[in-house]
Amino acid sequence: MTIGIVVFPGSNCDRDVRWALEGCLGVPTRFLWHEERDLQGLEAVVLPGGFSYGDYLRCGAIARFAPVLEEVRRFASEGGPVLGICNGFQVLTELGLLPGALTRNIGLHFVCEPTPLEVRPGACRWLGGYQSGEEIALPIAHGEGRYQVQEDQLRQLEDNGQVVLRYKANPNGSMGDVAGLCNPRGNVLGLMPHPERACEHLTGGEDGRRLLASLLG
Amino acid sequence: MPHFHARVQVSLRPSVLDPAGEATRAAAGRLGVAGVTRLRIGKAIEVEIEAPDQATAQQQLELLSERLLANPVIENWTLDLIETA
Repeated sequence: MTIGIVVFPGSNCDRDVRWALEGCLGVPTRFLWHEERDLQGLEAVVLPGGFSYGDYLRCGAIARFAPVLEEVRRFASEGGPVLGICNGFQVLTELGLLPGALTRNIGLHFVCEPTPLEVRPGACRWLGGYQSGEEIALPIAHGEGRYQVQEDQLRQLEDNGQVVLRYKANPNGSMGDVAGLCNPRGNVLGLMPHPERACEHLTGGEDGRRLLASLLG
Repeated sequence: MPHFHARVQVSLRPSVLDPAGEATRAAAGRLGVAGVTRLRIGKAIEVEIEAPDQATAQQQLELLSERLLANPVIENWTLDLIETA
């Protein structure tokens, strides 16, 4: 199996994701330049963190129109697993694959620290390796991670079990303590924390390992 | 004390390169909106202020625009002011 990692101009966690998948888990990867359209032979696609297109206009707003994302959208609609980490989550919301928006942190600071999370995997394919209610710690590193959505839509997301990751100590003012969201089908996950930075003890824990390993079956 | 509402428009000077505007212009083409020949990104800042009269409000907002909201080295600004109460 091979996992595709999208590379936008301004991505900066693409190699971290490659290291986590190949170096820690032994899963082959292929970089997908933002102008590519060929997803043949890929089992899953990861949109990594960073500052795609300089985050001009809004985070993810320009990346949304990258040619590769037309294919990622099609891939997701056919049930292909798609994971958006940090900037990748922002891109997924701009793309409309996940509802809501990620805005400037309530305290205005860029927050870079390990953060405790509660996992509610539900139907999410990426979180099958975790118990419901399990507490894990993953690092966050973002200035614009405050999740916002209409109140009634948030309730609907909660009722559907789509709020799969919640902050235990809300670091950015996210509504509903949302740290990660999944689509109803369970194949598209967006999250602000960085699982790829928590795949070995050397970099501060292994709580992200099961997430990235979830596709190995 | 009278209330005033102001909108300050801050735009980059024409000679200053706007990479964000250029990236957005390129994205417009990808969306299918053709023929966008120029796109520059600025800021629109809404301000509510209390002042004894319009002239004072105008003077305070000009100070605010020139010294804080815009950097005259790279940006131009315009001010629209209306009395609201």
